[in-house]
Amino acid sequence: MLVSLNWLNDYINVRDYEPDEFAEIITKTGIEVESVEPVAEKATGVVVGHVVSCEQHPNADKLSLCQIDVGEGVLQIVCGAPNIAEGQKVAVAAPGAVLPGNFKIKKTKLRGEESNGMVCSLQELGVDEKDVPKEYQDGIYVFPEDVQAGDDAISLLNLDDIIIELGLTPNRADCLSMAGVAYEVAAALGREYELTAEKVEEGSEKAESLVSVEVEDPEANPYYGAFILKDVTVGPSPLWIQNRLTAAGIRPINNVVDITNYVLLEYGQPLHAFDFDRFGSAKVITRRARDGEKITTLDDQERVLTRDHLVITNGDKAHAIAGVMGGAESEVQKDTNTILLEAAYFNPANVRQSAKDHGLRSEASTRFEKGVDPGRVERAGLRASELLREYAGATVLQGVVSYDQLDRSEKTIEVNTTKINDRLGTEITREEIASILERLQFPYEQSDEDFTISIPTRRGDVERFEDVLEEVARIYGYDNLPYTLPSGASQAGGLSLEQQLKRRVKAYFEGAGLDETITYSLTSEKQSTMLVSKEVAQQAAAPVKLAMPMSEDHSHLRLSVVPELLQSLAYNVARKQHNIAYYELGTVFISEESEVTKQPHEMLRASGALTGEWLSHPWQQEKKTVDFFVVKGIVEGLSDLLDIPMTFEKAKIEGMHPGRTANIMADGKIIGFIGQVHPKLQKEWGLKETYVFDLNAEKLFELYEKEEAFEAIPRFPSVSRDIALVVDEDVPAGDIKETILEAGSPLVKQVLVFDLYQGEHLSAGKKSLAYNLLYLDPERTLKDEEVESAHENILQSVKERHAAELRG
Amino acid sequence: MKERLQELKEEALRKVDAADGIQQLKDVRVEYLGKKGPITEVLRGMGKLSKEERPVIGQLANEVREDIAQAIEVKQTGLEEAALEEQLEAESLDVTLPGRPVQVGGPHLLTSIVEEIEDLFIGMGFEIKEGPEVESDYYNFEALNLPKGHPARDMQDSFYVTEELLMRTHTSPVQARTMGLKNGSEPVKMICPGKVYRRDTDDATHSHQFTQIEGLLVDKDVRMSDLKGVLNAFAKQMFGAERDIRLRPSFFPFTEPSVEMDISCKVCGGAGCSVCKGTGWIEILGAGMVHPNVLEMAGYDPKEYSGFAFGMGPERIAMLKYGVDDIRNFYINDQRFLKQYHKA
Repeated sequence: MLVSLNWLNDYINVRDYEPDEFAEIITKTGIEVESVEPVAEKATGVVVGHVVSCEQHPNADKLSLCQIDVGEGVLQIVCGAPNIAEGQKVAVAAPGAVLPGNFKIKKTKLRGEESNGMVCSLQELGVDEKDVPKEYQDGIYVFPEDVQAGDDAISLLNLDDIIIELGLTPNRADCLSMAGVAYEVAAALGREYELTAEKVEEGSEKAESLVSVEVEDPEANPYYGAFILKDVTVGPSPLWIQNRLTAAGIRPINNVVDITNYVLLEYGQPLHAFDFDRFGSAKVITRRARDGEKITTLDDQERVLTRDHLVITNGDKAHAIAGVMGGAESEVQKDTNTILLEAAYFNPANVRQSAKDHGLRSEASTRFEKGVDPGRVERAGLRASELLREYAGATVLQGVVSYDQLDRSEKTIEVNTTKINDRLGTEITREEIASILERLQFPYEQSDEDFTISIPTRRGDVERFEDVLEEVARIYGYDNLPYTLPSGASQAGGLSLEQQLKRRVKAYFEGAGLDETITYSLTSEKQSTMLVSKEVAQQAAAPVKLAMPMSEDHSHLRLSVVPELLQSLAYNVARKQHNIAYYELGTVFISEESEVTKQPHEMLRASGALTGEWLSHPWQQEKKTVDFFVVKGIVEGLSDLLDIPMTFEKAKIEGMHPGRTANIMADGKIIGFIGQVHPKLQKEWGLKETYVFDLNAEKLFELYEKEEAFEAIPRFPSVSRDIALVVDEDVPAGDIKETILEAGSPLVKQVLVFDLYQGEHLSAGKKSLAYNLLYLDPERTLKDEEVESAHENILQSVKERHAAELRG
Repeated sequence: MKERLQELKEEALRKVDAADGIQQLKDVRVEYLGKKGPITEVLRGMGKLSKEERPVIGQLANEVREDIAQAIEVKQTGLEEAALEEQLEAESLDVTLPGRPVQVGGPHLLTSIVEEIEDLFIGMGFEIKEGPEVESDYYNFEALNLPKGHPARDMQDSFYVTEELLMRTHTSPVQARTMGLKNGSEPVKMICPGKVYRRDTDDATHSHQFTQIEGLLVDKDVRMSDLKGVLNAFAKQMFGAERDIRLRPSFFPFTEPSVEMDISCKVCGGAGCSVCKGTGWIEILGAGMVHPNVLEMAGYDPKEYSGFAFGMGPERIAMLKYGVDDIRNFYINDQRFLKQYHKA
């Protein structure tokens, strides 16, 4: 809501505050002032000039040579505007004047003729193009007759006004009107204000003799008032009305439209003026539209209606979509003589629906949607009638013809001083509460500590004790509230085990050299099914889809964090940052239904993606590019950290390198995958060799068992033995390790691969794997024979299971 | 003979002193203390001496031997140390060459901020609760006093999945869910951080996905001054003890009264500058007393129980605290951005 301080000051004195200071008070008591701006950039020295004569410039077709009386004398000015004419009152910037943009006016010669200033358009005076009346858009502005040459044009045009923009919360629809703002300001400043009563001089003819009103759906339209105004002369509205509309960002059109808009701003009540002759009947019937019914609205758009929309009809044909926009057919035009003026209360939800369906958000619909003041509907009609009589020469017919089922009753709310103080933590006295209610102009009855308050209809948002509490608190001032701490029983705050583990895992990844990322959960359809771990793919029927996405890039919920990480990698690589190691703890969304009806399962994943150099220490010739085993090491480290054994099984996953990918298993189930991104996909992303991992963190946390017991440090020495085995090259090293551990149980505690060899010293298709074995008995020192025997056993087993030969 | 021994001693000590290498020292030892050396010779010739002289000379000879041996030892130690010194000197490094880099990662700035806030409220006895990101219309709106058709639903245009399911637009549904589990009788003291979603086009100040942290305290006799006290404690710890707070009236459907909290501007100290748009204050969070409808829907009797709630955006806090000027930075994951905030 844009509020003109000049206008507001007519209702209530605010001039004794600096605009910023005033804004601060209003903000602190309830309504946030978003900006304080002059209505136009500063201009000085612009006066009204009377065009005494206007002739064709002798040397230029498109210029006029004018003699203009500016009060202190007559100036010769060359003017290029097409609409300048003798007898007009115009805005003249004489030499010495300064226009917006610090544009200084000087005496000059134009095509050989002296020009002592400039005749201004509204745009040149700093008025926003969109607020300039249509007839003055391509030329100079022409004042109404009644201004005097030499008058200050800036002040006449209200260009010295200050506009404050109020950021209204949805509950404060009462401040969508100047009157509402004035009540609020009065309460904030502790000053007086009351909306002036309307005084309409009515003619003798009765409105009801010309029109009748019928309402078919009282819930959607509890009040409809019709005023009839005859003998209207459509023309420009007075300057002060135009100025106030401009200040509020509404373009002046003609006196009838301007007056309805003016009252909308003043009272917060939207009105609509129909050309009564073009309305085509003496009967106003409001009803729900028929499905498929059509109307051409003021903006010349044909609109198809449904039963959800309320329309104003002449008994047959729709002439307006209630509360949203009038019809083109009965629009007020230059020759309009009789007006049917509508002042109505339309149901907020209904208007909201219509405005939404037709994409028509207007000053009117916004106010209806939030609920107008039931006490001011009819008064607004009276106010407009009064103005139309004065400024459009209208004869106001007697009475308003109305349908009226509107609830105008004032709510009563009981509050108690102690209760207010208990809830606020304050010690406000009952006298202070009484004074606050008076400032708010909420009538009340008081009995000791108890108040029974009547809430004026303009404050529809105040419905219960807590609302009154807020009114009292804000006027009392939140600054005056003490600082206290909750007095209730204290509880030990803390992290749950899962939250602790999450932090532990994050710290681990970061210690391992990975940076944490946060990516979007919403992704493209294509990416939503890419690089998905098997156990997720098996559970998910399809990725969850948004009903109405805003873009294709964010239309589906992800089933894997990996593609998002790759996207981040690609972003960096494209910016020449080639060495990236990222991880994310993020959610994926798994729905077992192909048509979603239930909330999907939100599963936490721990995922990572690495590309480029892992270690670069060139001057000592150390360099390592990320490979499978760098990434596997990170996963194994996590396995150790959480003490959850993991195994790796070669696997094929779409989008992954077919020879360098594994499923990760824990507790006998797949919990994720690891490997190199498929080179084709790498190329698509612009990535070099890139490795990823993806783990079901939810499952890991479930499997985690906190180890409380202490395991004794071995007191007896261990025995270390190496073996080198020759096997077929497709025998997995991990399988042999398993066999060694099993056959060597319980003495073998640790098995490490320390060499892998393939080449000229071995026959084709063979490889040699060397393991270091650690034997230990925690109870005593091992004897050589025991180790020997266990070792023999191991060799026997690997021979049987893997056809492994001891390398000679 | 005495004189001879004294001469030998002086001569030997001179040579020891003059020796500048281990070998030379060895030669001196062989020369004077060896089996064929002059002292041995002297001792051999002792037979010619008188009974009285023999022990005196014998003792003297032994003393000379020992003195020479000791001098050699001292000298040898010195020479060895010098040799080691020389060797170590030869092994010296250019200490200005770079070390072998250790790969260290770090948390995302938002995580750091969220955890800082979490820890702060844990210190005040709050628990941390989480909830689903795909939320039911009921918990996201209705349970928070936003029935269907409520105009305030405009404020948060949402990504719906079905008519009844949507991407949560705030973390408030976690409050409703947590309260709902308490049978209307236990106090609640929690904060809930998480991702939220709105139908916004991504630009410098809007993001369709962002982070929120909400807090809730429900108990008997909770006062608005308690909210002010808790928020003040939070603001002072998070932004600095010298910062002031102020509450301004506002509106949220799930709280009544509702306020917004500003902190005094760090840049200008409250005098007004471009950061605070001349007001001296910077908006940090929204808060209020839990709306009685919300308490009722969660099973609490609003006559007996009251509470407060607050909500803030870690992105906004990060933007204010670190001067981040584009919200998209939090989600693009440019390494140069992420690494900036890894310093302890």
